[in-house]
Amino acid sequence: MIDLDRVTVTYDGAARPSLHDVSLHVPEGELCLVIGPTGTGKTTLLRTVNGLVPHSTGGTLRGRVTVGGRDTRTHPPRDMADLVGVVGQDPLAGMVTDVVEEELAYGMESLALPADVMRRRVEETLDLLGLVHLRHRPVRTLSGGERQRVAIGSVLTVGPRVLVLDEPTSALDPPAAEEVLAALHRLVHDLGITVLLAEHRLERVVQFADRVVLLRGDGGPPVVGDPATVLAQAPVAPPVVELGRVARWSPLPLTVRDARRSAGPLRERLTGHQPRRRGVDRDGTPIAEVRDLVVRYGPTVALRGVDLALHRGEVVALMGRNGAGKSSLLAALTGSVSPAAGDVRVAGQDPSALSGAALIAEVGLVPQQPADLLYAPTVAEECAAADADADVPDGTCRQLLERLVPGLDDDHHPRDLSEGQRLALVLAIVLTAAPALLLLDEPTRGLDLGAKVRLVEVLEELAAEGHAIVLASHDVELVAEVATRTVVIADGEVVADGPTAEVVVGSPAFAPQVSKVLAPEPWLTVTEVAEALAVLP
Amino acid sequence: MRAPAVAEARPVAAPSARRGGAGRAVPRQLHPGAWWLWALGCATAASRTTNVLLLLLVIAVLGYVVSARRTAAPWARAFGVFLKVAGVVLVFRTVFQIVLAPSQPGLLLFTLPEVPLPDWAAGVTLGGPVTGEAVLAAVSDGLRLATLLLCIGAANALANPKRLLAVLPAALYEVGIAVVVAITFTPQLVESVQRIRGARRLRGRPHRGPRSVIQVALPVLEDALERSLALAAAMDSRGYGRRAAVPTATRRATGVLLLGGLLGACFGVYGLLDASSSLPAALSALASGLVVCGAGLHLAGRRTVRSRYRPDPWRSPEWLTTAAGLTAAALVVVAGGIDPSAISPSVSPLAVPPFPPLAAAGILVALLPAFVTPPPTLHGAGPSHAELDAAVGTDRPQVPA
Repeated sequence: MIDLDRVTVTYDGAARPSLHDVSLHVPEGELCLVIGPTGTGKTTLLRTVNGLVPHSTGGTLRGRVTVGGRDTRTHPPRDMADLVGVVGQDPLAGMVTDVVEEELAYGMESLALPADVMRRRVEETLDLLGLVHLRHRPVRTLSGGERQRVAIGSVLTVGPRVLVLDEPTSALDPPAAEEVLAALHRLVHDLGITVLLAEHRLERVVQFADRVVLLRGDGGPPVVGDPATVLAQAPVAPPVVELGRVARWSPLPLTVRDARRSAGPLRERLTGHQPRRRGVDRDGTPIAEVRDLVVRYGPTVALRGVDLALHRGEVVALMGRNGAGKSSLLAALTGSVSPAAGDVRVAGQDPSALSGAALIAEVGLVPQQPADLLYAPTVAEECAAADADADVPDGTCRQLLERLVPGLDDDHHPRDLSEGQRLALVLAIVLTAAPALLLLDEPTRGLDLGAKVRLVEVLEELAAEGHAIVLASHDVELVAEVATRTVVIADGEVVADGPTAEVVVGSPAFAPQVSKVLAPEPWLTVTEVAEALAVLP
Repeated sequence: MRAPAVAEARPVAAPSARRGGAGRAVPRQLHPGAWWLWALGCATAASRTTNVLLLLLVIAVLGYVVSARRTAAPWARAFGVFLKVAGVVLVFRTVFQIVLAPSQPGLLLFTLPEVPLPDWAAGVTLGGPVTGEAVLAAVSDGLRLATLLLCIGAANALANPKRLLAVLPAALYEVGIAVVVAITFTPQLVESVQRIRGARRLRGRPHRGPRSVIQVALPVLEDALERSLALAAAMDSRGYGRRAAVPTATRRATGVLLLGGLLGACFGVYGLLDASSSLPAALSALASGLVVCGAGLHLAGRRTVRSRYRPDPWRSPEWLTTAAGLTAAALVVVAGGIDPSAISPSVSPLAVPPFPPLAAAGILVALLPAFVTPPPTLHGAGPSHAELDAAVGTDRPQVPA
């Protein structure tokens, strides 16, 4: 169905190709997963399929891309629209109209389908993706999972035979991600649609894949094969695969279910042992304290009566659905929103009264879109500005950056960096002022597993140095790795607050894979299991 | 999410159902074009008269129809906003005229302190004696302007502005989509300004004051540009801009027809709104301009290959609504021809303006849509589920399909 024949893509002005000599054949009806570290050309590969690369992005494409017999050389994206449906990373960015039903019809209108066909297909698609109750809703009021399903639906109505999705679940909370994946599974199995999908959250998608393409980014050809074979060679794999490696299971499990069936002996060996975990002294004066906090936006109450104390060395994970109030709590801690009632203190002061250097010395936030904090045209200028803002010696920010991502070119434009590099740059800028309280909003969105491992190391170092860290995240694996304490927020209220292991074990939405495999024993990460196995006989 | 929306909407929809007449018609949205033509008719009627009584009658008619036929959608609140704006316009217009215009002879109300102005401001006076005639003239003029505004407000409140764009001829489709995208981008722009201002504070930079505005503008524009590129790519990959091949001769003919037609229509509209020009000439210029324009648009539409999802139907209520608006305009124009002093009464000597029965009857005809149109559905986009279920069987074909 999809054929790439020795495809090399070089963007204008780029020193080396983004995609080098890739050949790939995806047969009809397969779900093909594209993985690889950030910056290895996953998005570029996906966008060659309907000709967006190079027709809309510019650059040079050597080789040949054909889909269903149509060559993208002679067919611009609009002439592929009836064959290939493309859903980008941010579903909202690709929406043309503002109401769900009209959005579903938009593509068909462009293709001049007859009115009765349009009407029927909209209804079918609403049913297929479970969107019936949302048909008249403005798309901006939808939750993340709903938006993603509407975006999928809107390209599905024209009846494409290929669906291309770029990180469809990265920004979603676990239940919403499941919604989207269930819908995709249905499309592949019931309708025989060929799906090409890029995703960093391997643990969520690898079980659905028929074939995995690993882009290595070192100039060599991609590794293509069935999931177990490719993951065995991949530098980083989802926790369940890593657990299989540590426990020397063969074949490697891809799903929690497979792993659980092999895990009986491992569970027995581990019985009676406790994972080693870093303790946190929570007796002293807290760095930040929130008492009976109420935050409201007009009639909407985002937080109602939240109490929270944050101590030195703690890493606190805030979990909960999209829109539960996590970002509002972070905003209140930085003083960006004023409480309607209650009290927020950071280092004994009201953060909303602070500004300038006094503010950034107490609290730093890495926002959901890190690029918001970047203004300068080059990395070097950005670092110099951060030094000046924080009133620290020149070069402080650059040194921090070097520690996070070694060898980043000074002359790069911050917007040209990969997600991981950009996050590192923003983290370095925020850390330049050495804030006692560090807040991160969805830090792993768009990060590959390698970058996540580095982020975990950095966060642990910072916690050991005495920073208090709060991270709002949907990434249960990250939380299991790094958080000493987990706070679950629902509907603006704290519904659970305790050591991570106690909160997440047994929770269907928040439990990491290792915990699902080894429950009811309180193991959360592969590292803990590996350490325990190393000292065991 | 559904239940509260229904609960909010009920008070709006219920009165119209009680009023009988259209109570048994299946609720649906009226074609937006019909509402706009009706509102333009009212606007034409209002623009031809300075009779305060007639203008107040037009406002009453607009208010009644809007309250009977508007939905719970966000744009339906437009009329309230326009009412406030119209009030402000009326007050400003009156005050400015009283303060700045040369004083007229007549019934002296009070005298403002006069400020001498230099020679170059000849013709403008500041202050001076204020007469009842001057006040009445200012109020009638201001009221006419306010009524015109309210006509536009009524059209906005009754018809989803975006649905109106959707009924544009195929040739104007691309203009329409650009407007739709611009409308969608406005809230996003506000959101990105807020986000980036918040982010500046987090970097310890000033986030208030004129300097910060300039520094925020750049990232906001970058953000908007990136969004536009993403949207362009998405639209491209969804088939936007597919075109049919059209011979060059047809393309040239299209251009000539469109330009010529527009010119004709402009002259016609000018003649119609300007009370001093000849009415038949204006009407014929407008009609021929529109016909030529229509032909041009039809030719231009051949280049665009697209179809329309759930187009709004144009049935008898639409015809009646349009006819009501046009009748109002026609009768006021005719009444003006018969008795100009009743339609544009002289302010001096000061008297209660006359009440011309023919023009008043014409304006009252514009009230018709409140009774002959089907009641609106609870939301703007189309019939809801409950309503569809209720409509299954007997009335199903009436639902726009």
